[in-house]
Amino acid sequence: MADNLNPAGHNFDRIDVEAVNSKAKRSLYAKRAKIFPKRTSGLFRSFKWWIMLVTLAIYYITPWLRWDRGEFAPSQAVLVDLQNGRFYFFFITIWPQELYYITGLLIMAGVGLFLITSTVGRAWCGYTCPQTVWVDLFLVIERWIEGDRNARMRLDKAGWSVDKLAKRASKHFVWLAIALGTGGAWVFYFADAPTLLYDLVNLRASSIAYSTIGIMTAITYVFAGFMREQVCTYMCPWPRIQGAMLDEHSLVVTYNDWRGEPRSRHQKKDEINKQTGDCIDCNQCVVVCPMGIDIRDGQQLECITCALCIDACNEVMDKIGRPRNLISYSTLNDYQASKEHKPVSTTWRSFIRTRTVIYSAIMAFAGLALLYVLSTRSLVEVNVLHNRNPIFIKLSDGSIRNGYVVKILNKKVQPGQFTLSVKGINGLMMQIAGTKEKPRSEIPVNVTANGLETLRLFLSAKTENLQAEQTAFQFIVHDNMSDEKVSYDAIFYQDKKP
Amino acid sequence: MSKIEIDEFSGTQTTGHDWGGIKELDTPMPRWWLWTFAICIVWAFAYVLAYPAIPLITSNTKGFLGFSSRGELAKTMTQVKAEQQKFVTKINELSLEEIRADKELAEFAYAGGKSAFAVNCSQCHGSGASGSPGYPNLNDDNWLWGGSLKDIHTTISNGIRFEQNDDTRISVMPAFGRDEILDRKQIVQVAHFVLSLTKKEHDGDSAKAGAAIYAENCSACHGDKGQGDREQGAPQIGNALWLYGNDMEAIVRQITNPKHGVMPAWAGRLDNATIKQLTIYVHALGGGE
Repeated sequence: MADNLNPAGHNFDRIDVEAVNSKAKRSLYAKRAKIFPKRTSGLFRSFKWWIMLVTLAIYYITPWLRWDRGEFAPSQAVLVDLQNGRFYFFFITIWPQELYYITGLLIMAGVGLFLITSTVGRAWCGYTCPQTVWVDLFLVIERWIEGDRNARMRLDKAGWSVDKLAKRASKHFVWLAIALGTGGAWVFYFADAPTLLYDLVNLRASSIAYSTIGIMTAITYVFAGFMREQVCTYMCPWPRIQGAMLDEHSLVVTYNDWRGEPRSRHQKKDEINKQTGDCIDCNQCVVVCPMGIDIRDGQQLECITCALCIDACNEVMDKIGRPRNLISYSTLNDYQASKEHKPVSTTWRSFIRTRTVIYSAIMAFAGLALLYVLSTRSLVEVNVLHNRNPIFIKLSDGSIRNGYVVKILNKKVQPGQFTLSVKGINGLMMQIAGTKEKPRSEIPVNVTANGLETLRLFLSAKTENLQAEQTAFQFIVHDNMSDEKVSYDAIFYQDKKP
Repeated sequence: MSKIEIDEFSGTQTTGHDWGGIKELDTPMPRWWLWTFAICIVWAFAYVLAYPAIPLITSNTKGFLGFSSRGELAKTMTQVKAEQQKFVTKINELSLEEIRADKELAEFAYAGGKSAFAVNCSQCHGSGASGSPGYPNLNDDNWLWGGSLKDIHTTISNGIRFEQNDDTRISVMPAFGRDEILDRKQIVQVAHFVLSLTKKEHDGDSAKAGAAIYAENCSACHGDKGQGDREQGAPQIGNALWLYGNDMEAIVRQITNPKHGVMPAWAGRLDNATIKQLTIYVHALGGGE
């Protein structure tokens, strides 16, 4: 164990290993090398546990939240009703034509990622990305069943035995169970969760539900169990985009080589007084890395900035009595300053820069616009289509008739009672096509809750009340319950020469 | 050629071919690529056996699955027909009034009638049923033979002046000019009177003279005020709508030597349900009574 004693006589673990994805070993097309991340503990690991707990809880619990919308609409708080084309989110109900709300949210999410990246680096990748969260979850299972790094490596090398078979089988069984739970939870967002669960268990659910669960299960199992870091490195475009978005002000996981080098591993006794760096080449930062990289190679594409190497290194630094943060979250500026023994300049003010202000402004603008549109939107909508063939008809008394298809949308979760009327042309009368009702100036319309009513209407007017060719008028829908009025500008056509 | 040559940079064997100093490395295909290639070959053979694949002189190989896109279409059409059957049965059983009262059934009949109209009727009446001179506009409220469901149904079934049908609707207006019942001057006077009925520009004296001629020759069918008579299929001539035009020339021409349109009878050519659907559609165009 003499090798594991550093010059000052402190005890620590030194592992003889090279990072499987170290710079030297990397080629463009390489067979995947297995990574066996070691468990670590510390500030960032705890933070990751909490984030994992919260994100998983949100994912699994959300579809089970209830929200009372009365008897005419589903009572699931978050529901994507593909069959009827409605998206329910607590007190908001969105129709397919209002998908711009989702677009707005996506813009905010995208710019939000930019903002996060330009300030705290790839925090999304390291903590909240589903890939990270589920890989972490799968690793917990792996460690629980097969043991920590060394035990797992031994097991991997060992020949097949009853013990290995049992461990492997139970690991994959639990993995599959989690994957099934993940794929299963997905479909609950698209149907009433309790009903669907009941149907699923009784094998009565639709084949789409089962196949979706199957696909999502397979994706979870393969991505989190087998592909892991390959997803981030080769499949995900985001690391490459982020690589371009990071700048000298962004926080990244940094190996402070000015402090660590030269590494003191192979120091001979007679060199003991020679100047060496703080890095004792114990490789703890390498073995805890879920991406299989060596952070001492510098900032690299594979690094998801989960900061587990910081935790591992800090533990070692504590043990050997050296200051913490040999590996730290630092900006490139700070790194340079520290290297040149100048004071570190990053404060909370450094986060306020042109870039971050612009990103925040875009987010705020998108957010306010969404909020404004959402809070001022009418829950009643009227759409009118003028009949194209024929555009107008002359009646036997010389008056002119136009046909329209009027659709009244009731976005409320209660049935609506409306009165449809017209304004802008004297003596304009409406008649519902195909009925015996007399022409009138007002038509009462009942619309189902969260539904729409289509009316085929004939409107007629005397030529003396019309302008040549086109006369503008309005359809007005009056909500009898809320007294709200919605109008639609329409055109009444007649011959060029009446 | 047979000598094995190793490329000094990559350490890979070359193919041995030399194109003016350019040599090709004999790099093996990736394993996954070879597997995909092999599977594609197997797949191709299986496909040729299973599906129509090889064109022959008059036909083609059928494949043991017996698939054909024509067959798929026929299958889809049979399926659709079967789904529509419950509506069609109801349409056959119920009266026109009952069909119209049933909202769902009326929607189905309207859609079916619209499609049948496009195929069979639009050639004369126009795709929007708005007609053209000589071919009535079915959207308006002006009906030669009546605009109730029953009247429309009778017209479609038996046609107008269609000799092969015994129950066809027939109306014939005498050719007052050609058969020399009235002379040219009288015809012009009647025409002035007819124009006065629709309050159009006319010569007052001629119209007055025409009124007497009208009362004697025309009012039996067209009514004393030009209100027409649907029993005889005599058009209204006191309103704003004219099948053959309403200027002086058109009216004189029609009195002198009237045109008589013909509409075929559709009973026997279209099935009963289709004629009923057409009736519902035409009735809902806006002029239905």
